[in-house]
Parts: sequence; C-alpha cells; structure tokens
Amino acid sequence: MPPRPGDRPRLPRPQGKLSTAVLSALSSPSTPTPLSPFPHSPLPSLRTPGPDPLLAPTGAEIQQADPYGADLQLALYVLYELHYQGFDGVDDDREWDPALLAVRRALEEVFLRALRADVPSVGAAEALDGLLVEPVADDGTSVSHHLLRAGRLWQLREYAALRSLYHLKEADPHAWVIPRLRGRAKAGMVAVEFDEFGAGRAEDIHAQLFADLMADLGLETAYGHYLDLAPAEALATVTLMSLFGLHRSLRGALVGHFATVEVTSSPAARRLADAMRRTGAGPAAERFYDEHVEADAVHEQVVRREVVDGLLTDEPGLEPDVAFGIAATVHLEDRLAAHLLDAWRHDRTALRTPLAVTGER
Amino acid sequence: MLVEGPVEVVCDDGSVAVSDRFVVALCTCRRSHCYPWCDTSHRRRARPTPAPEEDAP
Ligand code: FES
Ligand SMILES: [Fe+2]
Ligand SMILES: [Fe+2]
Repeated sequence: MPPRPGDRPRLPRPQGKLSTAVLSALSSPSTPTPLSPFPHSPLPSLRTPGPDPLLAPTGAEIQQADPYGADLQLALYVLYELHYQGFDGVDDDREWDPALLAVRRALEEVFLRALRADVPSVGAAEALDGLLVEPVADDGTSVSHHLLRAGRLWQLREYAALRSLYHLKEADPHAWVIPRLRGRAKAGMVAVEFDEFGAGRAEDIHAQLFADLMADLGLETAYGHYLDLAPAEALATVTLMSLFGLHRSLRGALVGHFATVEVTSSPAARRLADAMRRTGAGPAAERFYDEHVEADAVHEQVVRREVVDGLLTDEPGLEPDVAFGIAATVHLEDRLAAHLLDAWRHDRTALRTPLAVTGER
Repeated sequence: MLVEGPVEVVCDDGSVAVSDRFVVALCTCRRSHCYPWCDTSHRRRARPTPAPEEDAP
C-alpha cells in the first residue's frame, strides 16, 4: 500500500552521481520486479524511465567513489532508510528491489573496504578497556567537552539536528541483531533495548525523549527532517550502524559498535546535560542527557558482561569482528568530532547549510 | 554494583531514591553526581595525550 503523503520523510536532495542515480530510481514508479535470475551485467540496472537510461552507476564508478564522501554516504543512507521508515511517495516494497539491493551491496563493499584499511587492529578486550578510561581533562578532540565548556546554543542546536538522524531512530539499528544472538548475549541485548524503547512506556522511548529535546531547542521533530543538512561525517556514523545491523555476518561488529556507544555515552551525556543547563536549553533537553547518564551507566555493564562476553563465549571466532566494530565506531566518531570542532572553532556552521535562526540565547 | 530493579534506596539523610529500571547500578565509590546511582564517575582517569592546540590545559 502506498504511504499517505506527508506521513514519511521526503527524499533528500542528491549530492552527486551515485545519490542522483539512487534517488531518481526511487522517485520513479517501481518497475515490476523480475522473478527470473539476473541478466549477465555485474549490477542489475537501475531502470529509470525518461531520456537518460544510463543513469545507473557502473560498478567501476562505485569503486572509485570516496567511501566517506557525501555522495556515497547519502546513497547508502537512503537505501538503508527503506528498511526503517521509507520515504514519502516511495512504495514500501522497494525495500526488496533486487536492483537497489545490488547497488547497495556495491556501495557497502567500498565503505567496508575503507574501514578495514583505516582502523587499527586491537583486541576487543583491550579496545574496550581503553574506552573505560576517562581523560582527566579536555584534550581538545571531544565534542562534549567543547560544548560543556564553550558551546553556544546555536552549536547545541546544530549538534541535535545532525544527531537526530540517529536519535530519532535510537536503538532501531541494533534491534536487528537480536535474532542472530543466543543465550546471555540475546537476553542482555533485549534487556538494554527494552530500556531504550521506554520499558513499555511510549513517552519514555529514547527516540521520543530526543524529539522532546529537539522541541526545546526549537527544532523540527519530524523523522528524517534534517537529512539534507547532515554533513557526510554525520551520515557515516549512521550508515555504519545500519550496515552492521542488517548483515548477520557482521553481528560481531554490531555488538562491538553497540558496546562502544554504551561505554562512551554516560560521561559524555553528563557533559551534554550540563551544557544544556548552562545554555538554558530547556527541561526536556536536559532530561534526554540526564537519563543517559544513569541509563548508560547500567547499559555499559550489561553490554560488556552479558552481550559481549556472552557472544564471545558462544562464538569465540567473532572476536576480531567485535574489535572491528569498536574501532570502526571510534574512527567515524573521531572524524565527525574533528569536523564539528573545526567548523565551530571558526564560528562556521557544521551543517551543509545553517539552521534557521530562532533567536540566539 | 548491579542489582535487579525496581529498587528503593534509603540514603544516609533518610531520603528515598526510587528506580524502576530492569537493572540498577548502585554507586559504591561515593563519587557519583547522581548518588545513589552510578554515573561512571568511578572510572579510572588518565592524562590525555597532549593535543597540538592552544586551548588544551
Ligand atoms: S560506582 Fe560510584 S560512580 Fe560508579
Ligand atoms: Fe538511549
Ligand atoms: Fe543506552
């Protein structure tokens, strides 16, 4: 059934050749999915009606794309979004369009290859231990330290707008791993997810708490609203979760990623809650981060003891994957932090275009 | 220290803190800013590796 207009996010604006091809395929009516095996071409073609039948990217074009660039990241982001809430005017069934899946596969290979080449290989236990040590002071590379110490309200608004890509679907990408786990890992994962999803209370779903924060900051709370404004570095932190969540073969990496998020969250949330208080952002803005100080102090222990340890006891061969998930998450978060701090130190917007001003406080 | 929730904790001053989380982390180091709950203030701290930056302390 086609979605009701206005129900779903609108398709974003393309950022280059790859995202143009994906977006124009999605905005054209779906062609009936062939049931026969693929033709011999390396990628089933993204057929688009109209004058330019060659819009589909070739395998070579995808291979040459910047793995962290806005074009590839947006193309991947949009394809993943078909598995979450979809888009206005795009048939729900396109989620399983083989031509789109083939393009997604090629994009993922480029992204994964770059990540594997760029992240250090450290053991999972050692990597987690490293994350459990707090710096005594701001080392100049931490966004939460910056926002606590010197963050202006417009920077907090930009931060919330770009983090909304994840927080408005908080914990969703991680739910995909549940059927791939067993025993302690599964029970621990579900327990933490239960908390993320409001422990039975819709008003306490963490994504809802974040929407409330956004309202305090005078931001649009609609799902996907800020996709056009997000820089490539922000897109990559979210495509990573979808990549890990959607592939059973990457379940170890998903668990490593989730552990990284939970272990690093609590101290950062304390600084962000204090930054919200200092700037007078509002009670819901404070509450989102206050809740994460307390919740993630619990979640990180459950994730390390039950989920990571449970998974590695069950499947010891996944240790390098868990370690990869940790390192890839840190790598992409570091890239995002460098981008944000560089922009803000120069008093520039960190978004693709600045937010509408609603009165600086 | 993890205990199964929900819990009610009676603090030294007689006040009662309530949490209905599935598991609750109680602070045993006394450093938490949201005592009696743990807020990870117990973590080991280390000097950051100096960053090439003027506003680093
Ligand atoms: S035990 Fe005191 S803050 Fe964690
Ligand atoms: Fe959360
Ligand atoms: Fe959490």
